[in-house]
Amino acid sequence: MSTPDNHSPPGSEAHGDENVARAEAEAQWRAAFEAAPLRDGTFETMSGIPLAAVHGDPPYPGQYPYTRGIYPSMYRSRLWTMRLFAGMGTAADTNRRFKKLLEAGGTGLSTAFDMPTLMGRDSDDPWAVGEVGRAGVAVDTIADMEDLFAGIDLGNVSTSMTINGPANILMAMYIVTGERGGTERGRLSGTIQNDILKEYQAQKEYIFPPRPSVRLVTDLIGFTTAEMPRWHPTSISGYHIREAGSTASQELAFTLANGFAYVEAAMAAGMDVDDFAPRLSFFFNSHIDFFEEIGKYRAARRIWAHWMRDRYGAKQERSLQLRFHTQTAGVSLTAQQPEVNIARVATQALAAVLGGTQSLHTDSYDEALALPTEKAARIALRTQQVIAHETGAANVADPLGGSAYVEWMTDEMERRATEVFDHLEKLGEGSILEGVYEGIANGYFVGEIADSAYRFEREVNAGRRIIVSVNAHTDSDGSDTPTLRIDEDVEDQQLARLAEVKQRRDSGAVVDALETLAADAADPTINLMEPIIECVRVEATEGEIVNALEGVFGTYTEPAVV
Amino acid sequence: MSGPAGRAAGPGTERDPQLGQPVRVVLAKLGLDGHDRGLKVVARMLRDAGLEVIYLGLRQTAESILLAVEQEDADVIGLSIHNGGHLTLAPRMVEAVRTAGLDTPVVVGGIVPELDLERLRTAGVFAVLGPGASATEVAHTVRAAAAGRA
Repeated sequence: MSTPDNHSPPGSEAHGDENVARAEAEAQWRAAFEAAPLRDGTFETMSGIPLAAVHGDPPYPGQYPYTRGIYPSMYRSRLWTMRLFAGMGTAADTNRRFKKLLEAGGTGLSTAFDMPTLMGRDSDDPWAVGEVGRAGVAVDTIADMEDLFAGIDLGNVSTSMTINGPANILMAMYIVTGERGGTERGRLSGTIQNDILKEYQAQKEYIFPPRPSVRLVTDLIGFTTAEMPRWHPTSISGYHIREAGSTASQELAFTLANGFAYVEAAMAAGMDVDDFAPRLSFFFNSHIDFFEEIGKYRAARRIWAHWMRDRYGAKQERSLQLRFHTQTAGVSLTAQQPEVNIARVATQALAAVLGGTQSLHTDSYDEALALPTEKAARIALRTQQVIAHETGAANVADPLGGSAYVEWMTDEMERRATEVFDHLEKLGEGSILEGVYEGIANGYFVGEIADSAYRFEREVNAGRRIIVSVNAHTDSDGSDTPTLRIDEDVEDQQLARLAEVKQRRDSGAVVDALETLAADAADPTINLMEPIIECVRVEATEGEIVNALEGVFGTYTEPAVV
Repeated sequence: MSGPAGRAAGPGTERDPQLGQPVRVVLAKLGLDGHDRGLKVVARMLRDAGLEVIYLGLRQTAESILLAVEQEDADVIGLSIHNGGHLTLAPRMVEAVRTAGLDTPVVVGGIVPELDLERLRTAGVFAVLGPGASATEVAHTVRAAAAGRA
């Protein structure tokens, strides 16, 4: 390996105390780096020039406040997880796609559920008509979850599930799937999104009102903290905030504020911050303005470290380190000349890597038209592999650190986010959690996001912002892009599967389990995970469990505000 | 900043799009789909273009949309669909309008594959506005829908 003996930029002169501090930081970094594993790879340029693992000034990667990355070695120890989101049709359809992605070198699974599942509705619910299996996979009962992961060793794969309102129910189904297949809950590894606050702000897949929903979030955090050491119980997500139209700094600010809100809620529920904070993770968008995105990721790490240490009193290093997944910006993809999207996705993916992401989903070029075809999904994965293995971007940690522009952008992102935190703190009279509740109730978040979305649209309409293939360079050969068609009998297949489960199960046991759950829900001191797991075991449907909880919690309807 | 849903003029105002009175359009998301960025942008575009927008927002049913159309004497229904349910949801809306004895045209916005456009037109959808439709195009289509009816 090339030793990191050339961090100091030529001509950099430090004096006295500074020299001592620098030498200490270097020694500490070197010890941490040498203790970290090293992946197979040639850490030199294409022309054979050996590369130090880090360049520039301290604090180095792996050192507080982690602006430059959370690990001393970053991608020299391990590349990011290449995690592609997939889900469509029935569980068996998605299971086939999962296996293809694993065969193609994907290293983690990520599940997209259909809209009824995301909203806690069964496939036979009148609201579900037309949406079963369309934009993700339909899961009604434990039987579907078992089909989804059939033939995949859950002890040996990490799974991400994008689900929020009914997260506890899907988590319970995954746990019982593991149980039935011989993998106990403590060995399951993965992430569940379980970030309800951004649903009221942006994605709009809420079921219950905010306060009982946050209780469900903290129940899941408490449960996995105690029982599932390899699980990430929430992925605090800016992705959807950005897709709904926010700016980069709004994405940063709203997401971190939601993170602080969950920390406050979990601490209020009696948890020790250092018990749960090491398992929190984040999920950001990577949009097309390259340097703005990189500044955003760097600022996110720094802000989180400061707040966790100074405001919430976290002491463990892992509590201070912001880990994140990134997805390229779906909203930046164009339906016109869709192949051009491959270039957009590559640029956005590179920004995420230079920003130090821990895992990455690259969008497929055809996603402005439909769910991706297998070919398009493979190109998206290959794009990450090109960045990982050909570009050299993974050789050096935080390669842009020290750039005057990137450092300025990082500071500017932090400054703008801080203005939002100040506003929320005022709204919540000193509590970010209460400030976020108030911002949801008074339309602050949706209003800010809608304003930004409209400003962007007007710029595009007026031609002040160029989008290639949309308002400039619009000539194309007009060739058709093949798109994925969802089998039109998916709904019938799913209805038959659900009817079969309802037929075979012990309905008395279902009624009992649901009654116990409703009674427990009325007592805010009870963690609802075990009662929900019991409902899943006796094959209660997702919709039945949601109904039982709605009876206690009520439902949320947002005010229609433009 | 954001204003409340609804329009300025009181209900029952006599008006005729042909005589230059503003076209009234009900905008809604039908079904469970929560992607409302596009619909909100369209609502503001149409307001800026001088139309009256009755914004119903998320999780509407054909029945709740019809109720708004009748109460507000709307000229056009604008549906936004982003999650692949268009072949079921849009024809269902058209059918509900007909069953109620109305002739309110239905315009669909969102992601609709090329292959499905003809099926939607056959089902009676007035027009489909896809990604990249400009503000001018959106306002023009809604006005054309209102004029076709009047």
